[in-house]
Parts: sequence; C-alpha cells; structure tokens
Amino acid sequence: MPEFMNDTALLWPLAIPLATAAICAAAWAYPRAQQGASLAGLVLTLAASLLLLDSVMSQGIVTKQFGGWAPPFGISFVADRFSAAMVVISSVLALAAGIFAIADVRRRQVKAGFYPLFQGLMVGVNGAFLTGDIFNLYVWFEVMLIATLGLITLDRTRAQLDGAIKYAVLNLFSTILFLMAIGLLYGVTGTLNMADLARVLPQTEGSVALTVSAMLFLLAFGIKAGFFPLFFWLPASYHTATIIVSAVFAGLLTKVGVYACFRVFTLLFEVNDGGIRPIVAFFAAGTMLFGVFGAAIQWDIRRILSFHIISQIGYIMLGLAIATPLAMAGAVFYIIHHIVVKANLFFVAGAIHRATGTYDLRKAGGLMKSSPLLAVLFLIPALSLAGIPPLSGFWAKFMVIDASFRGDMAWIGALALFVGLLTVFSMSKIWIEAFWKTSPRKVARVRAVPVAMLVPIAALGLITLAIGFNPEPLVAFANVAAATMTDPAEFIAAVFAERQIAGATP
Amino acid sequence: MNLVYAFAIAAQMGCGVYLLLSRHGMRILIGIVLLSTATNLLIFVAGGLRFTAPPVIEPGLQVLAAETANALPQALILTAIVIGFALVSFAAALMLKTYRSVGSVLTSDHVDAEALGSPFDREAPRNA
Repeated sequence: MPEFMNDTALLWPLAIPLATAAICAAAWAYPRAQQGASLAGLVLTLAASLLLLDSVMSQGIVTKQFGGWAPPFGISFVADRFSAAMVVISSVLALAAGIFAIADVRRRQVKAGFYPLFQGLMVGVNGAFLTGDIFNLYVWFEVMLIATLGLITLDRTRAQLDGAIKYAVLNLFSTILFLMAIGLLYGVTGTLNMADLARVLPQTEGSVALTVSAMLFLLAFGIKAGFFPLFFWLPASYHTATIIVSAVFAGLLTKVGVYACFRVFTLLFEVNDGGIRPIVAFFAAGTMLFGVFGAAIQWDIRRILSFHIISQIGYIMLGLAIATPLAMAGAVFYIIHHIVVKANLFFVAGAIHRATGTYDLRKAGGLMKSSPLLAVLFLIPALSLAGIPPLSGFWAKFMVIDASFRGDMAWIGALALFVGLLTVFSMSKIWIEAFWKTSPRKVARVRAVPVAMLVPIAALGLITLAIGFNPEPLVAFANVAAATMTDPAEFIAAVFAERQIAGATP
Repeated sequence: MNLVYAFAIAAQMGCGVYLLLSRHGMRILIGIVLLSTATNLLIFVAGGLRFTAPPVIEPGLQVLAAETANALPQALILTAIVIGFALVSFAAALMLKTYRSVGSVLTSDHVDAEALGSPFDREAPRNA
C-alpha cells in the first residue's frame, strides 16, 4: 500500500477534486450532501498534496508518464519542490474556503452549482501546477477558465454578468495568445514536453519565431497574472463575485499565471538573453506602482484588495526580473506568503460584511468595539501584507528587495519600498474606517460573525504568524526550490530517467 | 504556399482584433471566434504544410513510413477547437443573459460592475 501511494502520489491532488466534483454534481438536489462531500474532498486533497510534498522532499523531482508513453511523446506530469509547495498551499486555501463556505454560501448559490464548480476550479489549478507539457498547461488553463466563469456569475446579478463579460473576453484573448505561442514554439522545436523543450531550445538557433513566441507567452501569462498594462480586467470583475469566490480567485488565479510565467521563463527561455529582462522589470515596476495607486482612491474593501493583488504581483515579478537564485527564492517565498495573506484579507472582508452589512468603508464602522477579535484577526494579514516585521510579509519583501539591491537593480528596490509605504496607507484606511470610527448609521446593526468564518481566518492568520516568527525553514525550502528552478538539468534528468527504467530502446 | 497562408491568417487576425475592439457585444464575440480559428490555422501552418501521405501505418509495418504527415498538429487543433467551441458558447450564453437583464449589448451600457462600490458614489457619506 505505501508503495502504491508512493507511485501514484502525483495523481491524487488531481483525482480527488475531480471525483468530488462528480459526486457534488450527482448530488445536485441535496445541498447538505454536497457540503459534506466537498469538505471531505478538500481534506483528502490536502492530505494527498502533503503526501506529494513529502515524496518530493525525500526523493527529489517526481514524474509520471501517462499511458506508459515514454517522454517526450506522452504527456508528463512533473512535481518539483516549487509546484508541490504550490499544490499544498492552494489545498490549504481551498480547505479554508470550504469551511468559510459553511457560513457564507446561500442555498441559491448551491443550487447554481457552487460546489461542483469550486472543485472543478481546484482540478484546473492543481493540473496547471503539476503538468510537464506546455499544451497540457493550456488545457488546464481552459478548465480553470470555464470553472471560474461559472463561479463569478453565481448570483446572476447585473453587476456579476457585466464583470463576467470583461473577465471572459480578456481571459479568452489571453488563452488565444497562449495557444499562438505554443503553435510557434512547436513549429520551431517540434516538441511540446517542457523537459524536452528545455533540452532542445538551448541548441536551437535564435529566430524571429522564437522571440515572438517568448513575447506571446509573456503577454498571455501577463494578462492571467495581472501585469501592469494588462490588468484592467481584474479590478473590473473580482469585486462583483460573492466574497468566498473572490477570496479563492485572489489567492489562486493570478498566482497560476505567475507560476506559468516562472516555469516558462526559467525552463524554456532565459530572462537574461533576448532583452526580456528590461521588459519584465518595467512590467514589475508598473504593476507595483499602479496597483497601489489604484487602491488608494477606492472605498469598497473588495476593490481596495483587488488592486492590492496587482501591486503584490509586481513584487513577485521583481524576483523574475532579477533572476538570481536569491531573487527566485524570494519570489517563491513571496508567492506562498501572498496566497495565504491575500485570501485571508478577503475572508476578513466577508466577515466585515456579515457584521456591518456593507463592503463600503464609508458606511461601515464601529467594529473595534463590537468585534475586537475580528479586529485582531484583520491586523495580522493587513500588517503582513504591508510588510511590517515580524510578520511573513516582512521576510518576503526583505528577500526580494535585498536581491534587487544585490542584483544591480537598486531603482526597482527603492520603488518597492515606496510601494510598501502606500500599502500601509491602504491598510490603515480599512482599519480606521471599518474598525476605529463610530458607525455613521444611526441604527448600528452589528451582527455576530459566525464561528465557521472566524476559524479559517484564524487558521490562515496562524500560518502567517508561524512563517513570520520562524521563517528559517521556509527560507531554506525556497532556496532549494529556486536552485532547482534555475538549473533545468535536474528537471530534464528526472523526466527522462523514466525511459531507462521502463527499458525502452533509446 | 506558406506565404499565402500567412497572409490569410494575418487578414483573419486583423479582422478579429478589429471586431474585438468594437463596442458591440456580438462583434466582440465574433472577433474572438475569428481569432481562435486563425490561431488553429497558425498551428496548422507552424506544424509544416506539405503534400505527403496520411499518417497511417501500413499493414505489416511496425512504424510509420518516411515522408508521412505529422499528426500531432491536427490533434492539437482538434483539442483547441473543442475547447474554443465550449468557451465561445458559454460567452454567447453570457452575452444573451446580459442582454436580457441589462437590455443592451453595447459595452458602454454595461456599467453595473463599475457602479458597485464606486469611489465616486455621491450617495455615500464621507467620513461621517
């Protein structure tokens, strides 16, 4: 049995959500059963992803060839430290969202298919993290896209339909660009397996098609991740969805785009050659700055947080722009910290809405007196996002900015520090308006926040505190993960090792 | 031969982008359809266009004979067509639903998402 689990560790984070989605869809008429099945599925997915992380930690990169087709002909699944960590952290977030859903998802939303779509989204996200085939990555992106479109229009209000159109059109455009990039890349190299591409591309002569392909990849993932000139769909749609959907989107979707960007621009293309570095640096700087400027004017909590997603993506891209192992480690650390903190802030926004009945900071207030526990729970992710020591955000920002000063890009490090200051401004705005000031409305209807909302907020807060007070294990992990990413040789060896074991003729 | 295809694809993509920039919802939709089919053609051409034998293994042989067509680009396009069809039908349904609830397909009339929690909302009290 342990051997079997070890052999198939790579498949369970995908198979369990897929099965859960099917069970939830079969139990369409029974909301209670769907809730139970969804929670059970999420717990099992987390267990499976921890198992995967454990086997990656003990045996290095884990690979699986589907249908027994030797690479590069079949579809490979690959888990290195980075992707295993992403699967674990997204499973943690999904479980937190599943618990939050007990208190937040209404019967009408369950009837609209919340649980099957949510599990479907997890299938897409985990698939995108684990696949080792560039065309297969496109397929997982589309699985994710169709699930998110269902989730964003859960209530079918006018605002949601409007937001969904903007979301759909720009994301469809992005996947079309992605497909074009794949087509051109295939035309030049004749292969789609990422490990094979990493082997073939350094020996391929540079051509226009390759450059165009690299730029198309950057643009496609840039739209997905929300880079500076391409992020407008994000703040136009995220705030319309129901809060739990916004939280999951904020935690996971843009990060899948960032993950794909890191994969393609470490394994396939080099940031150092072909003039990609100045473009990425420019994107990163613009993303940080304009995200935080956009947030400064907003009064709706969800809109403030949506703009902050963009701003934080800039910090992660900064790691890719510098592209030293130190910066990569900083980026890996930053992604893990950011998924936890950002989703947590959206959960807090949901709790604020439950307590005061509004997301609008101008109408909210008085929460400091009525729910002091929520105030403390808000402070942890908010200060962490702003990078106040000793919380996790401080170490994440420290690693990235330190790398930028060492990596001869001091201007962008200085910009990152300035953006951190403006982040403090936005977070203190939420603090002052929602918690500190007295409620502007005459009849203060402060409702109690249910335990099922507080538990995930507290749990994610504890993770933030744990990373903050004891960053050493995660820093060490990020360093090893970055070392694997910057040296594709290990990745290639892991994928092609299967062939010799299978005894196929070379 | 490839050049003819290149110009045809370029023309189709140009039309797609032009329609995508329109204010009319249906034109945007058709623009996406044009772009995604042009992309399928692009994969087709990038995979190599030649007059060759179909990729079928003859009886008695173990492997494909030399000079047969590459089957992979066609498999890729088939996948892309299926996925593209699903997404475009969803987008069409979304546009129809929006038309029914907003009463317009012009994106200039789609202002509900922007109005939700707008910072320029005059109704809301400021720093009461």
